[in-house]
Amino acid sequence: MNATNIGYLVQLAFIAGAALFVMGLHLMNSPASARTGNRLSATGMIVAVVAELIQVTQAGVGLVNWAIIIGGLVVGGGLGLRMARTIAMTSMPQLVSLFNAVGGGAAALLALNDFIALDGQRVLAGGSPGLDGWRTLFILADVLIGSVTFTGSLVASAKLMGMIRGQPIVIPLGRIVSWIVVISALSVSIVLILSGAGVVTYDPEILYVLLVAALVCALVFGLLMVLPIGGADMPVVISLLNAFTGTAVSMAGFVVGNVMLIVAGALVGASGAILTRLMATAMNRSIGNILVGGFGAAEGTQTALSGADGTIREVSVDDAAIQLAYASKVIIVPGYGLAVAQAQHGVRELADLLEARGIEVSYAIHPVAGRMPGHMNVLLAEANVPYPQLREMDDINPEFERTDVALIVGANDVTNPAARTDHSSPIYGMPILDVDHARSIIVLKRSMGRGYAGIDNPLYLNPKTGMFFADAKKGLAELITAVKAL
Amino acid sequence: MNVATLLDSLTVFVLAILLGFEVISKVPATLHTPLMSGTNSIHGIVLVGAIGLAATANNPLAGGLAFVAMAFAGANVVGGYWVTDRMLQMFKRRPTQATDRAAK
Repeated sequence: MNATNIGYLVQLAFIAGAALFVMGLHLMNSPASARTGNRLSATGMIVAVVAELIQVTQAGVGLVNWAIIIGGLVVGGGLGLRMARTIAMTSMPQLVSLFNAVGGGAAALLALNDFIALDGQRVLAGGSPGLDGWRTLFILADVLIGSVTFTGSLVASAKLMGMIRGQPIVIPLGRIVSWIVVISALSVSIVLILSGAGVVTYDPEILYVLLVAALVCALVFGLLMVLPIGGADMPVVISLLNAFTGTAVSMAGFVVGNVMLIVAGALVGASGAILTRLMATAMNRSIGNILVGGFGAAEGTQTALSGADGTIREVSVDDAAIQLAYASKVIIVPGYGLAVAQAQHGVRELADLLEARGIEVSYAIHPVAGRMPGHMNVLLAEANVPYPQLREMDDINPEFERTDVALIVGANDVTNPAARTDHSSPIYGMPILDVDHARSIIVLKRSMGRGYAGIDNPLYLNPKTGMFFADAKKGLAELITAVKAL
Repeated sequence: MNVATLLDSLTVFVLAILLGFEVISKVPATLHTPLMSGTNSIHGIVLVGAIGLAATANNPLAGGLAFVAMAFAGANVVGGYWVTDRMLQMFKRRPTQATDRAAK
C-alpha cells in the first residue's frame, strides 16, 4: 500500500474516531449507558492515536523522536493513571482542573512549536512565508487561550486542594494590571498576525520576543483571572476553563490542519459552555459578575435576622428520629457541608433504614451542591445511593408539598426562601429547592453560621423548622441509632 | 493556509459545535461531573497533534516542547478516561451492599 492510500485510511480513522466521540457523548444521556459511552469515546481515542502513529511511521521517525513519543506517553500516562486511580471523589474538581490545565497547556505548546518550526522554514527559505496571516491568527488564539487555561486551571486546582486560600484573593491594582495584560497580549498578537500576513516585516528575533511576550501576558492573565474568585464559585470557573480548553484544542486543530482536533475541541467547548451557563443560572449570577469576583465581600447592608420574625426551635435527636421514622415521604437535601464532613455514607445508611420501614426517600440535588457541576451526585453514587433517587431541582421541587420531612444536611443558601421573596437579598432570584413547602423541616447543621454568601436564612425561623445542631457525620450517626431504637 | 482549507475547517468547527450543543444538552445533571471529566479526556486528543510534533522535532527546543506536550496530553487522556470510568461504575440502579466498605 502506498503512502497516499495510507494517508486516506488515516483520515478515515480520524473520522471514525470523531464519530465514536459523538456516539460516546450521546450515550451519556443516561446513567445506564454512560459507562459504555465513555468506553466508546476511549476507543475513538485509541483509533485516532494508532492512526497518527501509523501516519508518522510512514513518514519515518528517528530514534530520538520515538524516545520522545514513548517517553512522554509513559511519564504523562503513568502520572495520569496514578492520579485517576487514587484520587478521592471529593477531590474530583481539582483533578478535572488539573486535566484542564495540561490539556490547555499541551494545545498551547503545539501552537508555539508550530510557530517556531514554520518561522524557521521561512528564515531558511530566505523570507518566503511558511506562516501566513490566518495561520498566525490561529496559532495566537491557541497560545493565548491555552496559556490562560493553563495557569487559571492550576490556580483553581490549588485553591480546591487548599494549597492557596479558597477565599477571593484581592490583588492590589489587579483590575488595572489585568487590562494592561489583555491589551498588551492583543496588540502584540495583531503585530504578529500582520507580520505573518506579510503586511509588516520584522527580524525573526523580534517576532520570537513578541511571541514570548504574548505568552507571558496570557499566563499572567490566567493567574489574575482565577485568584480573586472564591471557592464557592468554582463550579462556574471549572466549567468556563473546560470550555477554554476545548476552544484551545480546536484552534490547535486549525493550526496543524487536523479535523479531528477541531471536532473534539468543539465538542468540549460546547459542553463547557453549556455547563458554565447552567452553573451561572443556578447561582443567579452572570459570568462577568463571577469573574469580577468578591461575592458577599462588599455586602454590608444585609439586615440581620431579628428575633421579631420568629425564634429558632431546636429539635432533639429522638424527636427528629420519630419525625423521620413515622413519615411516609422524606426528601434529603445534601449540601457541600455533607461532603466536607464525609457524611455521604451516613446519609445513605439512614435512608436505607427509612426505606426498610416503607418510607419513600429521595435526594434533592441543587445544581451547585458541590464544587463542580454534578459533584454531589458522584459523591452519593460512591456511597451507593441508587441513581433513580438522585433528583434534579426542577424535577423534585413540586414534590416538597407532599413531603412529610425535608432533611437538610450541610446545605444553606440553596434552601434560602429569601431568594424567592426578598428583593434586597443578594441571592434574590437564585433558583432554590422549595424545602419550606414540606410539612416539616429538619436542618442538620453545625451551628448558626452563614452560608458562603454570608447571608441569613429565614428558613431557620420557620415554625415548621427544627434545628438539629451537630457535625453532619456525628449527627447522622446519632439519628441512625435513634431510628434503630424505635 | 489557503482559503479553501480555512473554510472547510470552519465548516467542520461550526457543525461540531452545534452537534455538541445538541448531544450534550441531553445529558442529565446527575452525570455532569462524569460528562465534564469525559469531555476532559476528549480534549486529550491534542495527543495526536503532540505525536505529529514529536515525530518531526529536529532540535532540542522542539524536542523538549514535544516531550512536555506528549506528557501533558498523555496524562490528560489516560487519567481522564480512567477516572471517568471509575466514577461511572458507581452509578447503579440498585447497588449491592457488599461494595459499601468505605463508610468507616
